[in-house]
Amino acid sequence: MNFDFSEEQVMLRDSVARYIQDEYGFDIRQRIAHSPEGMSRENWRTFAELGWLSIPFAEAHGGFGGGAVDIMVVMEQLGKGLVVEPYLATVLLFGGLLERAASAELQEAFIPRIIAGECQGAFAFLERQSRFELADVATTAKPAGDGYILNGEKVVVLNGTQAEYAVVSARTSGEQSDQHGISLFLVALDSPAVKRHSYRMMDGQLVANLVFTDAQVLAGQLLGELDKGYAQIETAALQANLALAAEALGIMEQLNAKTVEYTRTRKQFGVAIGSFQALQHRMVDTFMAYEQTKSLLYRAVCALTDEEEDAATAVHALKVMVDKAGKHIYGEAIQLHGGMGITDELDIGHYAKRLMMIITTFGNGDYHQAKFNALRYN
Amino acid sequence: MDTAFAPEELAFRDEVREFFNKEYDQALQDKLASSEPLVYKQAVIDWQKKLHAKGWIVPNWPEEHGGTGWDATRQFIYETERAASGVRDVVPFGLKMVGPVIYTFGSDEQKERFLPSILASDEWWCQGYSEPGSGSDLASLKTKAVRDGDDYIVTGAKIWTTYAQFADWIFCLVRTSTEGKKQEGISFLLIDMKSPGVKVNPIVSIDNHHSLNEVEFNEVRVPVANRIGEENKGWTYAKALLAHERTAIAEVADSKRNLKQVRDFAQREINGGHALLADPMFQKRLSDIEIDLMALEFTELRVLASVAAGGAPGAESSLLKIKGTEIQQAIQELRMEVAGYYQGVLPTELSADQLGHGFGVKARQAFMYGRAATIYGGSNEVQKNIIAKAVLGL
Repeated sequence: MNFDFSEEQVMLRDSVARYIQDEYGFDIRQRIAHSPEGMSRENWRTFAELGWLSIPFAEAHGGFGGGAVDIMVVMEQLGKGLVVEPYLATVLLFGGLLERAASAELQEAFIPRIIAGECQGAFAFLERQSRFELADVATTAKPAGDGYILNGEKVVVLNGTQAEYAVVSARTSGEQSDQHGISLFLVALDSPAVKRHSYRMMDGQLVANLVFTDAQVLAGQLLGELDKGYAQIETAALQANLALAAEALGIMEQLNAKTVEYTRTRKQFGVAIGSFQALQHRMVDTFMAYEQTKSLLYRAVCALTDEEEDAATAVHALKVMVDKAGKHIYGEAIQLHGGMGITDELDIGHYAKRLMMIITTFGNGDYHQAKFNALRYN
Repeated sequence: MDTAFAPEELAFRDEVREFFNKEYDQALQDKLASSEPLVYKQAVIDWQKKLHAKGWIVPNWPEEHGGTGWDATRQFIYETERAASGVRDVVPFGLKMVGPVIYTFGSDEQKERFLPSILASDEWWCQGYSEPGSGSDLASLKTKAVRDGDDYIVTGAKIWTTYAQFADWIFCLVRTSTEGKKQEGISFLLIDMKSPGVKVNPIVSIDNHHSLNEVEFNEVRVPVANRIGEENKGWTYAKALLAHERTAIAEVADSKRNLKQVRDFAQREINGGHALLADPMFQKRLSDIEIDLMALEFTELRVLASVAAGGAPGAESSLLKIKGTEIQQAIQELRMEVAGYYQGVLPTELSADQLGHGFGVKARQAFMYGRAATIYGGSNEVQKNIIAKAVLGL
């Protein structure tokens, strides 16, 4: 039993941390988030040069062959910097689905390009009515000639504005919420049959709604088996929740550190407000919430790495904790910063907004607690 | 990062499990549950002697003093299996508290005199820290020890002294100086409970049991040879002990066992034709606790791993104490609700046989005495002060 990072993991962590320290200050981050592209192409090239885009891919595809711990290490640091570049959407979701489910030809065609920073992708799984239910898929794919015709709409597609391609979930059989009958397709988005509506979320992410009208997909662009895409969606959601929790942990650490620092310097009644026991105990509570979240993150990462049976249970528990601890920590950070805490100028509110979206993405605490309860008590 | 058990660790787990299943038998458990104090005391001693014979009485002591030499993983496995088997932890005062102080700070003579009888459970110890006027502000303690030749004359009182009525010895913090800072005038003394002038006054606690006491010292003569380390340095020794104590009172493994019991009982308890466990409101409350406990288990593992790598348990032990006792109380509260009406039944009025089960009685006793957990070992509020200062730098 050990909780140490390998030498390589320490180097990776330090490399991302140093980059954020030197190149990704809050002012720069805000400028990138407000730019038309919602990301920096230059940064993305740097990510590729530094090898970060290769982490989850097999060495056979030119990847680093990393595991859950490596992804956690990177995501935690990206969280600290509030990085808006689409690492989750392109590398972990889009790339991850191709790595796990695509044919050798498609992997050959796409993964080296992702690693080189030359391909932006997305995972379009969410629909207007589906909320957190991953099996609620109304978009249809009907056989036609040597392939399929796609019709339907996907919403809040992360990186949906920059992505050239998306993995799209569509119903090929069964009823709207059946787990069986969902298939995954690789779809080119630069097509007259695909309409994009881009918009910004409160956390600076540029997303899109995608409308498919008789979009043609070749048979070879089906990922995995027909009708059996749901298991892949679940795996993608599980991996994404781990990555998001690591990002959340980085944000929580920043919020706690900034709040402690602020109360040490802010003076009222002639003394630093951090000298008040009422505030000290609240900051101890947020410190403990952070440590407990870190412990569950480690637990889930280890369970996944060791392929333990209850890995899914651990990830559900983790997301419940991220929800609870996240709200607790950003709430206290804003309150203890006083009036400054509710300004747009200060980074505190932006960390809070990113945490809120992390909590919601791929299911909030209530959703995951119901899943946890079903696995443990039913 | 890796938390999977190696094959030899799994074999060790099986060995521990088998030992507990075989040796912690029903006859012993009945005696441990006895309301007859001396039957209970003898049963505790008998069980601890079995553990001593097996070589497992002090898993975390250094090998040279009789410890097992187990690494953090084996200690974790041992604790987990012990609690999962429903085996009570050892009485901590000798084995977990004063023992480590003696082997760390004591003289060779003291080690020779006291460690063997602690290991063999031949002498029962109790702890003399809190006083009627000194609780959270422990360093304000006033029990004084005045030098008289080769002896100290000790006068004062200690309180909340668990099992003082059974004890052969008490380890005490006493005031040997009123100069300078209050922490710098404290010494650590080992006092024979049979000394003239020692008087034990029972305190009945909120669970209607007598485990707590007040211990009076009326000009008790204690040899200077029974002082640990230097005069006026007792606070340093006590602090080292407190960190160990706090880590131990997190009781993560026992909470896992207790939560499983609550769950099993909620499975059997029928409410409106359905198992209480199927009620979504109940499930929510249960998983709120279970998820917190899953996290704390890994927090404890992280602390164990860092201690094994050479660190001493520091302020992290305060975190373990706070979260551990909060979770204990949350479990006790939920257990009371599972017990329903039966939480109110007094064993003196209705026996477990008449009731069909002893769940309600046990639930109430645990809940009531469990209130102490957030108070003893330094109240949780004091732990928060420690974290604010030592970790957050406030």
